[in-house]
Amino acid sequence: MKKESNLGRREFLRGTAVAAAAGAAWMAAHPRSEATVWQIDPTKCVQCGRCSTNCTQNPSAVKCVHSFQICGYCDLCGGYLQPGAKTRDSGAENELCPVGALKRTFVEEPFYQYTIDEKLCVGCGKCVKGCGVFGNGSLYLQVKHDLCMGCNECSIARNCPANAFRRIPASTGYLLKTGEHGGKERK
Amino acid sequence: MNRKPVAVAALLLCLWTAQAFSEFRFPMPEFESGYTHPQMNLPPVSKTSPVVDVTLLLAGLALTAWSVLKLRSRRMVFMIALFSVWYFGFYRKGCVCAVGSLQNVLAAFLLPDFAVPLIVSLFFLIPLVFALYFGRVFCAAVCPLGAIQEMCAVYPVQLSYPVQSMLGLFSYAYLGITVLSIYMGAGFLICRYDPFVGFFRQGASFNMFLAGGILLLTGVFIARPYCRFLCPYGVLLRWASRFSKWHCTITPAECIQCRLCESSCPYGAIVVPTPEDRPVDRLTGAKRFGRLLLIAPLIVVVAAGAGFVSHEILARLHPTVWLAEHVTEAEQGRLTEPSLDLDAFRAGKQSSAELYAEANALKERFKYASACFGGFMGLVVCGKLIRLSTIRKSKDYEIDRGECLSCARCFAYCPVESNNAQEKEQ
Repeated sequence: MKKESNLGRREFLRGTAVAAAAGAAWMAAHPRSEATVWQIDPTKCVQCGRCSTNCTQNPSAVKCVHSFQICGYCDLCGGYLQPGAKTRDSGAENELCPVGALKRTFVEEPFYQYTIDEKLCVGCGKCVKGCGVFGNGSLYLQVKHDLCMGCNECSIARNCPANAFRRIPASTGYLLKTGEHGGKERK
Repeated sequence: MNRKPVAVAALLLCLWTAQAFSEFRFPMPEFESGYTHPQMNLPPVSKTSPVVDVTLLLAGLALTAWSVLKLRSRRMVFMIALFSVWYFGFYRKGCVCAVGSLQNVLAAFLLPDFAVPLIVSLFFLIPLVFALYFGRVFCAAVCPLGAIQEMCAVYPVQLSYPVQSMLGLFSYAYLGITVLSIYMGAGFLICRYDPFVGFFRQGASFNMFLAGGILLLTGVFIARPYCRFLCPYGVLLRWASRFSKWHCTITPAECIQCRLCESSCPYGAIVVPTPEDRPVDRLTGAKRFGRLLLIAPLIVVVAAGAGFVSHEILARLHPTVWLAEHVTEAEQGRLTEPSLDLDAFRAGKQSSAELYAEANALKERFKYASACFGGFMGLVVCGKLIRLSTIRKSKDYEIDRGECLSCARCFAYCPVESNNAQEKEQ
């Protein structure tokens, strides 16, 4: 008799615990809310260089992207060339990118197109800084979602001195610079 | 080919035309060669199928429960552990994991507007429900963190019960600090200090590898140090497992008191029978229990006070408080090395006074949260003391359902087991 009542109590406790855990899990989950991803706000980024060193991925999931619409296609590119470079060619001593990921191709006089080799880019942000100081800021850092693991706590975000990382809806994915007149070419 | 004058002229033009083009220093060129802008490479979020993960979790748990309870096969458990290390560990790179999902579920309750995907919620729930019915089968083989340690436990030694019990307090402290940190918005500590994810991802900071390496090396002798003495999710599983309906037993039939299994458990989960020559005096036991209950509130209050006093240290978990202290250091000229955080702060809009105000407000909140954390630890200590001081009468060698990780090691030590197996074969 005593054993039976004991079993009943245990059964009741177990039932309560299952209900509590299931209730907690159900209340915590928001099946309808959209999944979010980490992304860098380019207006906040200060190009400290931690994106290249603090990511759990190696090389980092943060890469430089290029908004061609707002690029000036300059010959004297602040993102491509070292400050005070003697010549404006693709000599290693002139290039700012430490891994040679920023490629330059001639379009037409006097314009040059700059593209990023993502396999090489480590997300150090040196070119971003250069383009920001002397340029339109068309080069900037973004988290590439095919590489990002989507960590619970982004280890770059935690160390970002400018708080430039935030979670955005997965359907948006990127925080791009277009600018008010960015899409249009200037008359 | 010197384009500097052109650039300067463009710059001036830009400044002159002002407003409309103020955000861009150089004009966008007008191409005559019919050049069009290339597309930006912006890959969409890679879709991992949550259904596969949840299915594998369920299958793994069910299979482990079956191999422990019905098949009674350590080999099978070990095979499942191998698979878990490969899939949940190396293939999925340690994410999504039930241990970490605890934080997301907590955050959903403690923080406003924190969305938890259903899969994370399920990863939190399913192992707990399984623990309520079959014991800690999740720890046995499905958790990649547990499985990798299980493989390292080659020469396990046994710890005395009080030592093990006291070391177990760390996991409660870890759980408490995790809750505190999430409540205060200071981040997800379990993920940050996950010791084995570095191996799974094959890339981590030196300190992470060091911590993981030390834990695995320790685990050769003191089996599963993370599971037993640190894992915050293990605390919940321990509670759930105490009420488990069908927990595995050491012997498949009646215990013959041969004492052979006594030394088999590396986790100290085998409760030896109460010795006959040391009968427990009911009155002495009741008195001791009463005294413990009397000092219990005192312990809780003292622990809460200790938590309150240490709020300054705990507050440093929060990045704002840390930054405020960093800026103070710099202002007092104690900072010798250049600091990116300081430079970024100075370049920002916030003044030091505002930062200090924010940090102080946080510290005020930390006072109460730390006191609560201390009180929680006090309660845990009381619970442990009561458990240590009360003697349950047991006639046979039984499993401590809270501590048992269902690793199936002890089965092979039981002579009844081998008899049964031989009978089956015949």
